[in-house]
Amino acid sequence: MQNMLTLLSNALRRITGRTAGAQTVSELLIDLSEYVSLTSPAAPDLARMRRLPRKPPPLVGATSGVAPLASTSSDTPVSSGDAGLQAARVSVARSFADFTPQVTLDVKKCDLHRLEEGPPVKAELTREQGMRYYRTMQTVRRMELKADQLYKQKIIRGFCHLYDGQEACAAGIEAAIQPSDHLITAYRAHAYTYTRGVAVREILCELTGRRGGVSKGKGGSMHMYAPHFYGGNGIVGAQVPLGAGIALACQYRGNRQLCVTLYGDGAANQGQLFEAFNMAALWKLPCIFICENNQYGMGTSAERASACTDYYKRGDYVPGIRVDGMDVLCVREAVKFAADLCRAGKGPIVIELKTYRYHGHSMSDPGVSYRTRQEIQEVRSKNDPIASLKEQMLNNNMASVEEFKEMDVAIRKEVEEAAQFATADPEPPLGDLCNHIFKNEPSLEIRGTNPWSKLISVG
Amino acid sequence: MALSVKSVLRSGRNVVSVLRRRSFHRSAPAAVQVTVRDALNQALDEELERDERVFLLGEEVAQYDGAYKVSRGLWKKYGDKRIIDTPISEMGFTGIAVGAAMAGLRPICEFMTFNFSMQAIDQVINSAAKTYYMSAGLQAVPIVFRGPNGSSAGVAAQHSQCFAAWYAHCPGLKVVSPWNSEDAKGLLKAAIRDDNPVVFLENELMYGVPFDMSDEAQSKDFTVPIGKAKVERSGSHVTVVSHSRYVGHCLDAAAVLAKEGIECEVINLRTIRPMDVESIEASVIKTNHLVTVEGGWPQFGVGAEICARIMEGPAFNYLDAPATRVTGVDIPMPYAKILEDNSVPQIKDIIFSIKKTLNV
Repeated sequence: MQNMLTLLSNALRRITGRTAGAQTVSELLIDLSEYVSLTSPAAPDLARMRRLPRKPPPLVGATSGVAPLASTSSDTPVSSGDAGLQAARVSVARSFADFTPQVTLDVKKCDLHRLEEGPPVKAELTREQGMRYYRTMQTVRRMELKADQLYKQKIIRGFCHLYDGQEACAAGIEAAIQPSDHLITAYRAHAYTYTRGVAVREILCELTGRRGGVSKGKGGSMHMYAPHFYGGNGIVGAQVPLGAGIALACQYRGNRQLCVTLYGDGAANQGQLFEAFNMAALWKLPCIFICENNQYGMGTSAERASACTDYYKRGDYVPGIRVDGMDVLCVREAVKFAADLCRAGKGPIVIELKTYRYHGHSMSDPGVSYRTRQEIQEVRSKNDPIASLKEQMLNNNMASVEEFKEMDVAIRKEVEEAAQFATADPEPPLGDLCNHIFKNEPSLEIRGTNPWSKLISVG
Repeated sequence: MALSVKSVLRSGRNVVSVLRRRSFHRSAPAAVQVTVRDALNQALDEELERDERVFLLGEEVAQYDGAYKVSRGLWKKYGDKRIIDTPISEMGFTGIAVGAAMAGLRPICEFMTFNFSMQAIDQVINSAAKTYYMSAGLQAVPIVFRGPNGSSAGVAAQHSQCFAAWYAHCPGLKVVSPWNSEDAKGLLKAAIRDDNPVVFLENELMYGVPFDMSDEAQSKDFTVPIGKAKVERSGSHVTVVSHSRYVGHCLDAAAVLAKEGIECEVINLRTIRPMDVESIEASVIKTNHLVTVEGGWPQFGVGAEICARIMEGPAFNYLDAPATRVTGVDIPMPYAKILEDNSVPQIKDIIFSIKKTLNV
């Protein structure tokens, strides 16, 4: 890196006739900024910033009139050639150019089942990616906490299964697949509805049962859909054969797409999963079965429900990987690895994401009768996926504390506005009651609560 | 003239022009006899050819040619991709079929008999039937669930149940129950082309029965509309409503009663849900008497629904007597032949019930 820096700065010196070259990457970029336009919003400010004074280099063949670099009065350009150095009026402050654009991080090695090689133990993270993952996870976190609040105010009713704590799973999976891939999950689905493209306001509005909801208020928490996202499924385990079927459709069409099929540690004991594994393996379906093991199936811990808690091995003849589900990069690398396998026709594969949910099973479960508050607190303080990513990025100088703060503020605002919309939006019209029974059907008559109540359904 | 006027009229050609024409001596094409099995096979073949998104999956549908040979020859013609043998995993493969439908294919999911569909009924109801509604129209499920339903011969209790009432109870499903070959072919084609989940109830005892198939019914685009009943026989004294195999029994009973001067109007429901109540009402308004005939159990059954609907509609005022239901006996199906024969409606039961309803 240092060699590259020296090379470039020397080249720039020769081209521009400067006597001193840049000593750091930041300075190099600042130098370059005089010749090429920069895309950062901070760019216009660079010209106005002051360069920090540094030791003047030995004068090499310089002519007279070189003033000490530190002089600099802000806006008057200093004349001529070699003295052009002091024309620099920029200071090295906390500008974007200061941050490490890309870093290679270690990720935990994954446990493997029937696999010779697993996902890589190093992950590349660019600043842009880091900010994106942070934004996704923080949005999900705030959205779920807002749902908690609205539920306690009785503005949301019925089922509400919250995802906070597990954000790295949803964010990591989405980072590893394409929008043209497919995804299906169980009832703890708000995060995936978001990562698959539905706006926060449409999700919250569906939870409050209003007409602006993604399912027009007809579905509720567990029944939200989007292109290539098949919900949201209320019957534990039923989504797993569905996901294998979606993978079958990908294979049938030969489009190299795949299906990510999620289930929990509770659903892992459903018979239909093993039926789906069998057929997926027989027919080599491009399906990534992912067990989000948050260690409790409702109020029953994994140890009390499963004779074998190595969920990544439960596919038996299907290869499996166990992954740290609290690390977004670990999740991403594992799912990428699995996706490559599937696209090469070597599917299916089982991934177990070890994760944790802070809330109880649903809003009617305080979540402390079957586990201790200390346990929840410990995970929150030591293993929180959002805090971990933030810390990694700060430690590697990839972003500033202020940037994260700004993002948090913006996300809170977005979620708050969405909540206000979701609270104010009217309920669906009664005329919608019987609609969407059949597709492409002329309107049909539906019996109401009594023989004289004849309602109409349009598709 | 070897050409009979009747056959000419049936074929729709202008009588005068035919009589005038001096052409080859040609007999009218005899109506082709096709068994219900072959009619179903034709429907499957034609729809597989017509739309490449259509495929068939189920136990023994491919290399075995179908447990009841309904899918004979299809695997040889279309191969592994379109005709898929599954392991014995009803819940699993039904879920897979529903998922494939959600992703845009058009699967036909075969149950070896509908008794086995109980293992998969969650996928049929909760994953298939309700999804279009729950998603407010975002997610359609264009799938057909088909297979033999109801009693067979000597297969005893676990293999003889009729599921018409169970499936017809649920909004979001269409439930279809053909009787003859035309019904079978036309309704199956319509079901496959329908963008909604359709439960297609066949009958094992009908598979081998041949029926006349008109020219029209032999065309590749022949469909029978789902949701319309058919009057198989016109009459003025009593409306007899049935579905599937018992339509034949009703027609036989009607033939016997006709000799005694009782003219039955026999209605073949064809579709259980959505039920064509209007046709039944129109008939009852004409005949003033109603008898329903089905193979399933009486409680909460198809006949019970018809009676309730007639009560709630205009036809009630035209009834001269309470409606009568003829049903299977309210017991699990026994094995011994004499017991089995007496567990389902026989022609004599239908005749008896009609006479009682007419008070003759």
